[in-house]
Amino acid sequence: MTRLDINGKAVNLEVPAETPLLWVLRDELGLTGTKFGCGMALCGACTVHLDGTPTRACVTPISAAQGKRVTTIEAIGATPIGKRVEEAWRGLNVPQCGYCQSGQIMQAAGLLARTPQPTDRDIDEAMAGNICRCGTYQRIRAAIKAAAGGA
Amino acid sequence: MTAILENLSRRRFLVGGAAVAGGLVIGLRLLPHESASSAPAAPAMDVPRFNPTAFVSIDDTGLVTIVAHRSEMGQGVRTALPMAVADELEADWSRVRVVQAVGDEATYGGQNTDGSRSLRHFLSPMREMGAAARQMLEAAAAHRWDVDVSQVRARNHQVVHTPTGRTLGYGELTAAARALSVPRPEALRLKRPEDFRYIGKDMPIVDLAEMTSGRAGYGIDVRRPGMKYAVIARPPVYGGRVTSYDETPALAVPGVERVVKLDGTPPPSGFQPLGGVAVIARNTWAAIQGRNKLKITWDDGPNRSYDSTAYKAQLEETARRPGRVLRNQGDAPATLASAGRVVTADYYVPHLAHAPMEPPAALASVADGRCEAWACTQNPQGARDEIAKALGIPTDRVTVNVTLLGGGFGRKSKPDYVVEAALLSRAVGAPVKVTWTREDEIHHDYYHTVNAQHLEAALDSRGRAIAWLHRSVFPAIPSTFQPNVTYASNGELSQGVLDVPYDIPNIRCENGEAEPHVRIGWFRSVLNIPHAFAVCSFADELAHAAGRDPKDYLLELLGPPRHVDAGPHYENYGDDRKVYPIDTGRLRRVVEVVAEKAQWGRHLPAGHGLGIAVHRSFVSYVAIVVEAAVGKDGTVSVPRVDIAVDCGFAAYPDRVRSQMEGAAVMALSSVLYGEVTFRDGRAQQNNFNDFQVARMNVAPSDTRVYIVGSPEPPGGVGEPGVPPFAPALCNAIFAATGKRIRRLPVADQLRS
Repeated sequence: MTRLDINGKAVNLEVPAETPLLWVLRDELGLTGTKFGCGMALCGACTVHLDGTPTRACVTPISAAQGKRVTTIEAIGATPIGKRVEEAWRGLNVPQCGYCQSGQIMQAAGLLARTPQPTDRDIDEAMAGNICRCGTYQRIRAAIKAAAGGA
Repeated sequence: MTAILENLSRRRFLVGGAAVAGGLVIGLRLLPHESASSAPAAPAMDVPRFNPTAFVSIDDTGLVTIVAHRSEMGQGVRTALPMAVADELEADWSRVRVVQAVGDEATYGGQNTDGSRSLRHFLSPMREMGAAARQMLEAAAAHRWDVDVSQVRARNHQVVHTPTGRTLGYGELTAAARALSVPRPEALRLKRPEDFRYIGKDMPIVDLAEMTSGRAGYGIDVRRPGMKYAVIARPPVYGGRVTSYDETPALAVPGVERVVKLDGTPPPSGFQPLGGVAVIARNTWAAIQGRNKLKITWDDGPNRSYDSTAYKAQLEETARRPGRVLRNQGDAPATLASAGRVVTADYYVPHLAHAPMEPPAALASVADGRCEAWACTQNPQGARDEIAKALGIPTDRVTVNVTLLGGGFGRKSKPDYVVEAALLSRAVGAPVKVTWTREDEIHHDYYHTVNAQHLEAALDSRGRAIAWLHRSVFPAIPSTFQPNVTYASNGELSQGVLDVPYDIPNIRCENGEAEPHVRIGWFRSVLNIPHAFAVCSFADELAHAAGRDPKDYLLELLGPPRHVDAGPHYENYGDDRKVYPIDTGRLRRVVEVVAEKAQWGRHLPAGHGLGIAVHRSFVSYVAIVVEAAVGKDGTVSVPRVDIAVDCGFAAYPDRVRSQMEGAAVMALSSVLYGEVTFRDGRAQQNNFNDFQVARMNVAPSDTRVYIVGSPEPPGGVGEPGVPPFAPALCNAIFAATGKRIRRLPVADQLRS
């Protein structure tokens, strides 16, 4: 059995310890805000925070999340940075289909926690792992800057 | 189109799957294009059989419910059409609820959300529906106050008696309004544009809060009690089938519950599944692990030797030979034969995978001779029909609920994955969710076709084009649905071949034969992708050959403002050519606007270049100037993009801009990397590592969109931004480097 701390709640899981966190969140716990996109840490749709650090849930076995605080998109809005990021996203009507935006927001929140005033280069480096097939990158960049400006 | 409005308040019916009790309900029936025009356009294959019905209702609390009958995949339609209804209704947007329609052709008409048609075909009817409801509320208020209706005016969710300032809220009026008949079409009073509250304004999208907090529901997110999770091993070659398999190792994986063989439909398999072996498990991960352990022997079938290198050579050879003639104006062959100067070029565009971020996924529950499905589908009626066919039950026993779509791009118009879920649910006796992995999506897509083109032009002594020959060869989309299809449909050739708008006296357009070896489907802007790439690149090549500025030469090619006669085979996206002519005046205008805004000819650093292209598709006009920067190592970057779009009346400017911004990124992906190749019948790419798409660090960082104001009827927006981007970029690469890109993707062609 694996015991996880997800969005501040203790959860006991009876699936193999190598099961990726992504599928536990989505299928076992019903936290479907974290998305599947590639299964190989190539697209960032599954990004969650482990102890505040953006992490690809699709390649993170639950055994590696044990003992760490898991934060998902469902709870990031309760943090000051997460709230600012979500508000910035809304202010610029960033999403198109919206599917990748959970991961984008989680990644951006992680960036701003580490680098409160990111340069374009910082944004490129932090966000290049998160694919948006709709192509909302320009607005994502602007939203990150807007969220940073509110710091 | 003709709208017929009905008061349906006394009928018992469902709105978006939820029963509506009481209140005012306006029904809307739309008839097909009236045959008032002397030459009605032949319906293109992507235009539905019309008999749409959509609904607005107001309950006694004043809550307005508007049904969105088109699928939301990022284009903003769940906001755009309801806000048009709400605007004419004078509704307070905060008291409007948008509910998604289930797939139901009898009620809603064609719902297949493709072909950039939603605003084009439904903006006017939706406005009329809102206006009708508003006028009924006004009439009810006038009756209540016993005053003439000219003294009352609906304003922001209430009706005001203008002389006294008395008001009645909408919720107080619905009971009385129910008894009224709907205004006749000639009695409808649409709002003046200056009175619009929402139309033409930059509204937040209706799903914004959900999409930014993880609460938005996509097809892959649906959960039902007792559900199982499935992934499927499909034949690696189109038309292949299972010879034998061993399920034992899969069943040993913890969490795997069943292994089920799924019969497929041989080519042309249309919207039916490819078949294979499904693994049913307690979660998706266990199903994937189980699938990895399956031991399957395949009979690869007749497409076993499909090879992209050999097929390219074959297409190119066909393109060099005369083909079937679809447009013939003047005498292009004779002019080319006698011309002093002939320019020739061949272009190639490979297969593409759609790669929406949400791969195909659907949940179905089959029980008691009925099926209920939930799916990220552009085409709920297609899903319903195909499920009924696969299960052998009547269509009215199938319900298809439409979720949000995590990208569609045409892939999700094909409901094969929804049928898979239904077949598996029947097999295991529980609700089943089928999830396609990224590899599944790239290996078994309805691919964008692969295309070779040959162009020739004769130039006179002053460099003006006097003859144009264009031959396009590609496996056609209808081959996915019918046997023995080797020639393209007129609809496909109407996307950038037959409709060449250039002012050239001798024009000949041809199409050669091509055998299909994979499922071919429509991909955002469809055949406009290769055709605009070739035509707009060739225009640039002619400018260069003539020693002219590309923008000036392009305007000369377009010629004076006029309506182009594209000949008898031209289909005009299913729309009337009188309402939506090919207007070179509008093409010229977007070119002029974008050239001015982009400061065409502006000074650029070394290694940078500007390219321009213009293309009309889905009856909208888009011109793009791209600034390309090519590094010494051949790396391409795009510092700036300028886009001028004339989509007729722009009801939702923010989503016009966002669609153009996104189109630039998607097209950039295709230009730089996009290619699916086949060997031994098998797709060679697997995931985002080898089917790459543009990321933040390579995406254009400065895309500027100019909406060219136009009083014309609305045109498409979701697709038309894509086609001109690739040639504009490749023309910019030429300007920067002198290297002409005639084969996509660019990949390593610029590496020295």
